[in-house]
Amino acid sequence: MENHWAELIVVLIKCVFSLAFVMQIVPILIWAERKVSAYIQDRRGPNRAHIMGIRAAGLVHTLVDVVKLVVKEDIIPDHVEKGFWFAAPVIAMSVALTTFTVVPWGDSLLLPISVTSLWGGTAAMEIPLQVAQINGGMLFILAIGSLGVYGVMLAGWASNNKFSLLGGLRASAQMISYELAMGLSVAAMFMLYGTARLDQIAAQQAGPIWNWGIFGVLNSPSFDPLVLIGWVVGGLAFLLFWTSVFAETNRMPFDLPEGEAELVAGYHIEYSSLRFALFFMAEYAHMIVGSAVTATLFFGGYNIPFLDGAAIRAHSDLILMVLGFGGVPVSLAFAFIAWRRSKRPFYRALAKNDIRHREPRFFISMWTMSALSALGLGVVGALGLVGGTVLGPELLAFALQTGSLFIKVLFGTFFMIWVRWTLPRFRYDQLMDLGWRAMLPTAIGTIMLAGVWVIVREAVHAV
Amino acid sequence: MTLPVQRPRSFLERLFIPEILRGLYITLQHGLHNLFHQDQPTVEYPDMRRVMPDRYKGAHRLTTRPDGKVKCVACMCCAQVCPARCITIEAGEDADEPIEKYPVQFQIDMLRCIYCGYCVEACPKDAIRMDTGIYEINSFTRQDMIHDKAYMTDLMDGKKPLAEKFYRDQPDQAPAGFDGTQDRVVSVDDSRGL
Repeated sequence: MENHWAELIVVLIKCVFSLAFVMQIVPILIWAERKVSAYIQDRRGPNRAHIMGIRAAGLVHTLVDVVKLVVKEDIIPDHVEKGFWFAAPVIAMSVALTTFTVVPWGDSLLLPISVTSLWGGTAAMEIPLQVAQINGGMLFILAIGSLGVYGVMLAGWASNNKFSLLGGLRASAQMISYELAMGLSVAAMFMLYGTARLDQIAAQQAGPIWNWGIFGVLNSPSFDPLVLIGWVVGGLAFLLFWTSVFAETNRMPFDLPEGEAELVAGYHIEYSSLRFALFFMAEYAHMIVGSAVTATLFFGGYNIPFLDGAAIRAHSDLILMVLGFGGVPVSLAFAFIAWRRSKRPFYRALAKNDIRHREPRFFISMWTMSALSALGLGVVGALGLVGGTVLGPELLAFALQTGSLFIKVLFGTFFMIWVRWTLPRFRYDQLMDLGWRAMLPTAIGTIMLAGVWVIVREAVHAV
Repeated sequence: MTLPVQRPRSFLERLFIPEILRGLYITLQHGLHNLFHQDQPTVEYPDMRRVMPDRYKGAHRLTTRPDGKVKCVACMCCAQVCPARCITIEAGEDADEPIEKYPVQFQIDMLRCIYCGYCVEACPKDAIRMDTGIYEINSFTRQDMIHDKAYMTDLMDGKKPLAEKFYRDQPDQAPAGFDGTQDRVVSVDDSRGL
């Protein structure tokens, strides 16, 4: 009983951390969306706004956007259905953030000097790095994720506007169609994992890369029918799930709800200022959570391939050394790139006293400092200062595993952006055709294959 | 209503996935090329400029005689030929015997000018030219958009046929932001098949 307050505090900290995890990626994504789209289309992308001459490749534009959205007039049209209209962006945003609570971002953190000991406990405190450990974690994501359509639908209906309504209608039809394929592909993965708890799912994928869900979750790399079926099930389930994630997040090939060519902007026409920003952020939060869930289901979650939590803890000094000494040349290479960029014709075209001449100098010094700190990290590892401590390996494991999930999420969201600037939008009938006549049967077939997998496993391996 | 268009498609094409991967490969090529080479055809305008071709019709200027007087003899040919009726000339009598006539006022309303260049063609004295290469013709008031005789005579300090060329020859007189060291025509690499 005396531990409850400590647990509450820990859970609150974890809530803040998971919120920060999602929200810190949003500005990066807004920037990446612009820059990636620009580079794919042979443009330069945002590069004008600067703070004291530091343009940071257009990252400042994201900050400027936030200021713009905050100080903009919040227009509330007379004709909207006030209650639902106010609620819609909040629903969209909170749903996107809530789903992240069951995604684990590291295996348990063992704190030897536990918070509980302040209340008289003595045992080391084991903190699962996940806000909520729910038995049906994936089902929770499906349940909450499908609530997201309410935000879009309510916005569309309450805006009292033909285009918004059409956008909301499309969103609801699309989400219902693709939720089916999503749920069924996840069901196939449940059969492979034998659990719906995301922390257990992630833990099963620790170790070598062929333990990942997309390769059919096997703890031994042997070539029997089981492996082959596992590959097919994992691959198919991933394709279906990932496509459905696109549809659920209203990303490009499936962004009919806001198809600007037909519907102006779809469900968020009537929203301005921070309310619009909420929808905007909700879309990116959805992308992040979708990528995180996909990473957890198919790409090992927080696990680093061939390096599970125990290995990180055992070899923390070696890892620090490799990371540190490896980071030095990488940082220096970036410093060199920054120096080379300073020779670009652009900087020669600037006036002598232009404030933007600071930028290459700033980045050269930043990357040099980064190289120095990497060197320091490597020295710490080489001296073996971390492995002996109780807290050090734990924190290193936490940092590396969370970083691993972070990188996977970044790659997933980059992939979404990349697809957005590659594929054209589906027509509505094509969308329905793909959802009901292609993805749903494939998903059912995947489940059957997964059933075969379970039978073969029980027959051959007698597990 | 949608009309189904029958296209012969192979099984792999109907699967979409190989085709999607092909498209992704193309866009990734573009993205990575631009990330590493930074050779987009974009001209970063206020900081960098394209050099205008020699025959580009820019802002008008009035040419001068060696003694500094404008060459214009106020014959009104340009004002007559101007399809936009934007040239206003007020003629006056010049004390200098062979010249006789000169423009007391010579105004061009740049808001009405359509940059057709007829005035240049019509001029018998080569007194008006559009060879400045200046395309930033703007101001905060309408009044300032009416270029008068003094403005057009001084436009190039009476000595610059092409601003870019002049500043490249005399970099010490160049305005802030001008890069005299290299040709600022941004060329697009056609070998990429863009």
